[in-house]
Amino acid sequence: MSARTAPVWLTAGVVPLVNVAVAFLAAGLVVALIGENPIEALGIMLRGALGSQYGLGYTLYYTTSFIFTGLAVAVAFHAGHFNIGGEGQALMGGLGAALVALSLPFLPWPLLLPLCVLGAAAAGAAWVFIPAYLQAYRGSHIVITTIMFNFLAATLLVYLLVGPMKMAGSMAPETARFVPGATLPLMNQMAAWFGLTITRTPLNLSFIFAILAAIFVWVLIWRTRLGYAIRTVGANPDAAVYAGISPARITVIALLISGGLAGLMATNEILGVQGRLINEFTAGAGFVGIAVALMGRGHPFGIVLAALLFGVLYQGGAELAFDKPKITREMIIVIQGFVILFAGALEMMFADRIAALYARLTGKVVAA
Amino acid sequence: MPAPAIQMTGIDKRFGAVHANNAVSMTVEKGTVHGLIGENGAGKSTLMSILYGFYHADAGSIAINGKPSLIRTPADAIHSGIGMVHQHFMLVETFTVVENVMLGAEGGAFTARGASAVRAKLQALSYAYGMDVNPDAVVSELAVGELQRVEILKALVKGADILILDEPTAVLTPTEVEKLFVLLRRLAGEGKTIIIVTHKLKEIMAVTDRVSVMRRGEMVGTVETSNSSPADLAELMVGRRVVLTVEKGPANPQGVVLDVKDLTVRDARGTVRLDHVSFQVRAGEIVGIAGVSGNGQSELLEAIAGIRKPAGGAVSLNGELLDCGGRDDPTALRAKGLRHVPEDRHRMGLVKPFEAAESALLGCSDEPGFGSGPFLDRDAVLADCVRKMEAFDVRPADPRLRTALFSGGNQQKIVLAREIERDPKLLLIGQPTRGVDIGAIEFIHKRIIALRDAGKAVLLVSTELDEVLALSDRVLVMCGGRITGERRPEDTNEQDMGLLMAGVSSDAPKVAA
Repeated sequence: MSARTAPVWLTAGVVPLVNVAVAFLAAGLVVALIGENPIEALGIMLRGALGSQYGLGYTLYYTTSFIFTGLAVAVAFHAGHFNIGGEGQALMGGLGAALVALSLPFLPWPLLLPLCVLGAAAAGAAWVFIPAYLQAYRGSHIVITTIMFNFLAATLLVYLLVGPMKMAGSMAPETARFVPGATLPLMNQMAAWFGLTITRTPLNLSFIFAILAAIFVWVLIWRTRLGYAIRTVGANPDAAVYAGISPARITVIALLISGGLAGLMATNEILGVQGRLINEFTAGAGFVGIAVALMGRGHPFGIVLAALLFGVLYQGGAELAFDKPKITREMIIVIQGFVILFAGALEMMFADRIAALYARLTGKVVAA
Repeated sequence: MPAPAIQMTGIDKRFGAVHANNAVSMTVEKGTVHGLIGENGAGKSTLMSILYGFYHADAGSIAINGKPSLIRTPADAIHSGIGMVHQHFMLVETFTVVENVMLGAEGGAFTARGASAVRAKLQALSYAYGMDVNPDAVVSELAVGELQRVEILKALVKGADILILDEPTAVLTPTEVEKLFVLLRRLAGEGKTIIIVTHKLKEIMAVTDRVSVMRRGEMVGTVETSNSSPADLAELMVGRRVVLTVEKGPANPQGVVLDVKDLTVRDARGTVRLDHVSFQVRAGEIVGIAGVSGNGQSELLEAIAGIRKPAGGAVSLNGELLDCGGRDDPTALRAKGLRHVPEDRHRMGLVKPFEAAESALLGCSDEPGFGSGPFLDRDAVLADCVRKMEAFDVRPADPRLRTALFSGGNQQKIVLAREIERDPKLLLIGQPTRGVDIGAIEFIHKRIIALRDAGKAVLLVSTELDEVLALSDRVLVMCGGRITGERRPEDTNEQDMGLLMAGVSSDAPKVAA
C-alpha cells in the first residue's frame, strides 16, 4: 500500500541498496562464522572484481551473459509470464549459432557473423515457441513447460555433442572450431584497433550487443505500441481483451522476444569466447537472469546494474575462493544465494518499512 | 438511559501514509438501526473493520454495552456479541444452511450434536423473526435474498446482539430490499442493534433511526434520520450542495443505430446467459437496462462490444450486420463508432498500475495520432490525456499519476473521457456510477445526457434502479437472461419494476423457441 505512494528514487534506489546491504551483512555473518574476517573478504572481492583491468574484464564478461538472460526474463515478466527457461533457450542459442557457423563457413565475415548472431536469437526464440504456444492457447503453465524444456535442451545438446556434431577424432564433447569470421572480437583486440592496450580477458563485442539489447528492450516496452500491448496483457489481461488486444497473441510474441534475448547469451560464450559449441556453457546464467530481472525490477537500466552486481559477485567470488582457502567455491554460492534471497525473493520485505520511515521523516501524507 | 450498544471513541488508523480514520467517534444506541454513510474512501469500511477486529486501531477505545472492550480479532468481536454480514457473502456453496451456520461451532469431532443444536436455534430464530429458510437447503440453490438471511441467521446463532451489514442491498431486488428492511426493523424492535453501511441515501431514509456521516476519514456528523433529508446528508458527505435529481429534456429519437435480434449467449459451461434478446436503440435516445446484477446484462454488453462471441442472433450497427467477437473484435467495432464503458472499470476499463495517460490510451493505442509506425509518441499520449482530463474535470489533472491513485469517480471520468471524446455513434455504458462519489455522479449523468442530446445512441446498464429510471428514455428490464418488459420511466413505479426484475410478471410478447 504505502510503497506505492513513495517516490521512485526510494523504491527503485534505496530499497534495492538496503536489500543488497542486508544480503552482504548476512553473508558477512557466515564468513565470520567460519573464522574469516568479513571486511577483509569484502575487500578482496571488490578488489578482485573491480580493482584491475583483468578483474574488470572478467566482471563485465559475466555481466554480459546476465544482461541477456535478465532482459529475457524481464520481457516475459512484462507480459505477465515467468519464463524460467532462459537456461535451455541460451543452450539452444548456442546450437543455433554453431549450426550457422559450421554450415556456412565459406561466407565472408560481414555476412557470416550477423547470421551467427541471428541464428542464436532465432534458436532461442524457437525453443520457447512450444511452451509459449501451449501457455497462450492451451493454458499449460509456462513455468512447468520451460523447466521441462531446460532438461530437453541439455539432453539434446549432450546427444549432439557426443554424436552428430562432435569433432572427428576428439575425445571432448565439443564441435570443431568455427572459422575466424564466425567469432566475435575480444575487447582487447578491438582496443588495439584504436591503438589502445588493455589486458586480455574474455570480454568481447557481445558486451556492446548486451547494452544495445537493453536499449532495445527499453524502447520496445515503453515506447512502442507492441510494448504497450505487452504491458497491458501483463498487468490486466481482461483490460487487454476489452481493448481488442489478444492476450494469447501477445503472450506468444513477448515470449519469442524473451527466448531470442536468452538465445543471444550464447553470443558471449560461444561466438565470443569459445569459438566452438561446448556442453553446459551457460553455467547457470539462465537462472541468475531471474534474480537479475527481479532485482532490476524489469527495467533495463536496473537489469544492467543488477547484472553488474552479479558479475562482481562471480568474479570477486572466484578471487576470494582463490585467496582464502577456507572460503570455498561453495561459500561463494552461499553469498550469491543471500543476494538472490534478499534482493530477489524478499525484495519487498523492507519496502513498506522504508516507505513508512520516509513518510514519517518528511511528514508527507500522500492520499491512496 | 441504558449504556449505548457501541461507543467508539477517538479511533485513529493510518495505513502507511494514508490517514483512514482520524479521531473518529461514534455512538450507537441499543435497539436502533444506525446508518453509516460516506463516499468511497471516507473510512467507513476501516471503521467497521476495526469494530469487527479485522484491523487494530492505532489509537482510541471501544466500549460495548458500556463495558470497555479490547477487540483484537473477529473472534473477540463475536464474543462481544457483534456479528457482521459482508457485502460478498461468506458461505460455502456446496454446504447446506445448517452446515454453513455451524461453521466454527461444530461441537467436537462428530458433527451430529452440533448440527441438531444449530437446527434448534435456527428454528427458534426463524420463528421469532419470521425468516423462513429451509435448514437443509443447499446454499448454491438459494436466491440472493435467502443467502442474506442465512448470513444474518449465522450471526444471530452465534449470539450477535449487534449486527453490522455492509452494503446489504447491493444485490437485492426492490421487493427483497423491502423484506430486508422489515426484518431489520423487527430485529431492532426485539432489542438488537443494527449498523448498516451504505451509500444509498434513499435506503438510509427508509430504515434508519440515526445516521452517522463520514468524510475523508473524519466523522462529520450524526443526525436523527427524521430530522434530515437526502439533500442534507449528501451535503454532509460531499461537503457542498449537490443536485440529486437528473434534469433532462424530452428525447428526440432518430433512426435505429443498434438493432439486436434474438441475441443468445452461452457461458463456458454452455449455460444460456442471454436468451433470445431483441431490442433497438435509436440515435438521440438512452435505452436503459434494469435488473438485478447477474441476469445477463454483462453478457449483453460484452457480446455487443465484441468481447464475447454470441451463440446466436444478430447485431447490426447503423444497418450493417456485425460479426461480434469474430471479425468484429473490439478494435474493429471502435473503428465503426461503437464505444464501450465497461461495467467493472477495475477489471476491464483501466490498468491500475499504469499511469493515467496509459490507461486513457487503452483500446486507442493503434490510432495514428499517438505515434508513427510501431512507436508510441509519449508527448502525444500525455497531451491527449491532459485534454481529456480538462474536458472531464479529472482531479488531480496529472497524466503521469498512477491510475490506482485516483478516486473511483476520477477513474470513471478517465474511462468516460476516453470513450466519449472519440465521438461515438453508439455508447455502451455499464454501471456508470458504481463506486463513484456523489459529486462526480452529477457530472457523469450530465455528460451522458449531453451525449444523447448530441444525437448519439446510448445503451445504459445499471443495477441502480433509480439511476436507470432517471437517465433512460426507455427502460428494458432483464431477468434470467431475458427481457421481461419495457417501460417508459414516467409510466412505471418501483413495485412494477420490482416484479419485472424478479421475473414474477413478464410482458415479453413472444419468446422465440
